[in-house]
Amino acid sequence: MLIHFKSRLIVLIACILLLVVCFFSSILLGYTDTSFTNLIHTFTNFNGSNEQLIIQNVRIPRAIIASVVGASLAIAGLFMQVLTKNPLASPSVLGINAGASMLIVLSITFFNLQSVSATIWLSFIGAALSSLFVFGLSSLGKDGATPLKITLAGVSIAAMFSSITQGLLVTNEVALEQVLFWLAGSVQGRSLDSLVMVLPYIIVAWVISLALGSKINTFMLGEDLSKALGQNTAMLKITLVVLVIVLAGGAVSVAGPIGLVGIIVPQIVRMIVKNDYRWMIPFTGVVGAILLLLADIASRYVLMPEETPVGITTAVIGAPFFIYLARKGGTIK
Amino acid sequence: MNMIKVRNRFFSYLLNKRSLIVLLITFILLFSTFLISLTLGDRYISIPKVLSVLLGEGRKIDELFIQAFRMPRIVIAMLAGLSLAIAGAILQGLVRNPLASPDILGITGGAGAAVVLFLAIFSDDRTNQLTVSIKWLPLAAFIGAIVSLIFVYGLAYKNGELRPLRLVLVGVGFSALAQAITSFFMIVGPIFRASEANMWLTGSVYGANWEQVKILLLWTIVFILLALLFIRNLNTQQLGDDVSTSLGVQVEKNRLILLFISTALVAGAVSFAGAIGFVGLIAPHIARKLVGASYGVLIPLSGMIGAVMVLIADTIGRTVFLPIQIPAGVFTAVIGAPYFIYLLFKTGKR
Repeated sequence: MLIHFKSRLIVLIACILLLVVCFFSSILLGYTDTSFTNLIHTFTNFNGSNEQLIIQNVRIPRAIIASVVGASLAIAGLFMQVLTKNPLASPSVLGINAGASMLIVLSITFFNLQSVSATIWLSFIGAALSSLFVFGLSSLGKDGATPLKITLAGVSIAAMFSSITQGLLVTNEVALEQVLFWLAGSVQGRSLDSLVMVLPYIIVAWVISLALGSKINTFMLGEDLSKALGQNTAMLKITLVVLVIVLAGGAVSVAGPIGLVGIIVPQIVRMIVKNDYRWMIPFTGVVGAILLLLADIASRYVLMPEETPVGITTAVIGAPFFIYLARKGGTIK
Repeated sequence: MNMIKVRNRFFSYLLNKRSLIVLLITFILLFSTFLISLTLGDRYISIPKVLSVLLGEGRKIDELFIQAFRMPRIVIAMLAGLSLAIAGAILQGLVRNPLASPDILGITGGAGAAVVLFLAIFSDDRTNQLTVSIKWLPLAAFIGAIVSLIFVYGLAYKNGELRPLRLVLVGVGFSALAQAITSFFMIVGPIFRASEANMWLTGSVYGANWEQVKILLLWTIVFILLALLFIRNLNTQQLGDDVSTSLGVQVEKNRLILLFISTALVAGAVSFAGAIGFVGLIAPHIARKLVGASYGVLIPLSGMIGAVMVLIADTIGRTVFLPIQIPAGVFTAVIGAPYFIYLLFKTGKR
């Protein structure tokens, strides 16, 4: 655990450097061999060769998407854990994945919808609607949205939506085939256009998130205490929910439901900078991007030349590491 | 307060009148659901006829329908609901986290991965048929459950103790891994296999037979009795490790035993009924809303609520959309969630 400002800053910079390394590895590694000079020439001196086309049209979009999605999912996970005061919470607790999946499967089954941009907006709308529904529902009543109520209402609604999805898939084998890959989560073959549609919102959400650190520190002291200190806790909660919707909803709409990043990354980061949210938020974003980039690189090699959905590789890389940390850290809380 | 005390060396129950009434109502609900479920199907059999079959005096044809087709399935559904809900109640008590459920320990996930592996290994890609009998599927699921149990416990065990939070975190990691394996094999294999696996993963009690009923019944009874013996400690564990220890409870030992009981219950249920989700999570919450947190009442009540949930879900699944059969797992959440949310806001506090 790091305590001093200086050591935290150094580690953060080291993580960012690692992120850059991973980013370039993601561009260079894969079925088609490419070199660093090739990458530079793609920008300085484009000659339309096969390698350069792959770099420009496949690898770069993919690396950018993986980083953005990883960072967003991880930060959204962190905020969910703040909202529910539960270290096991992830955006899926708010029904993000369930809502997105349901709307996608519904539209495939009943309207035979397949265009990429429609998929993006549908899953975003599904994610947003279901989480607004959950949060609205848990805000009813005198005591407002308590952590326990958000958690329980969220889990129930999510289960309801995902069972509807399951029901549709059980009766419709064609739809199952179409959405199976999407449901496992993947950043392959998504064009930059799909990211560009949601990227502006995600960037705004990142900026706001980074500014919220000290507010969350106060909030974590307990709701009564932070109210006494003059904080508008209801407003903060609403802000956090909106951020989770934009970040996780955007990530899901681009890459499908990728699990675990939202749970694992905040836990890892908590071991580095223990519960100081001014640091946790940037760390979470960077580590999340690194994790997803690594997972995406690995997923190219498992079934080469075919691709494995990155959601699967995230779990395969992340889970053992997570278990190791859970064993090692006696202090997770 | 109208309290009824039942106490001796092994048991200690404190029942108040309200809890007793709730227990009774739930039991009546369970029994009537059971009867109604027996009447429904391809062929409607009226309640008097069902009762006469149960008493051994029915017509041959009714007897065939009820004894051979409906009864085993209904019993399996009830037992599975019962086991999952009780396991969930115990886990939530031990871990002191409302998100704890049988799924989170990785047992269900492990069983699911084993089922997908089983389907992948023993199916012939040319004929799209299984090379061994499907009746071995429960065994595969059970082995998967036990193997993951050993893994999760082994990894969570450290310095001679098993901390609940560590167990849950390891469980979360392990389930994610199992889930990844499951999706991987579903994606690389042919679609019919994915479809079959998906059916199991949703949780269904198709093709239940008396042989399965016997095994599961014995298994469930043994572990539920054990659970009832040990729950008094669960009440104390709510207060935290330190308090329990100072009250003279052997926290560590009891926790291990209770965890073992709940995983055994889950393993039995998922082997025969598939990965029916949500029951283990929500039935205990519903029970807690109705009677509060004394485990002497909570455990049996959660169990009955779980049984009702799965039974209704399966009955809807096999009757409403005839001739299509929909797995019970699809409807458990659709039935359970709205009622739970209603309770969540009716009671307001706690």
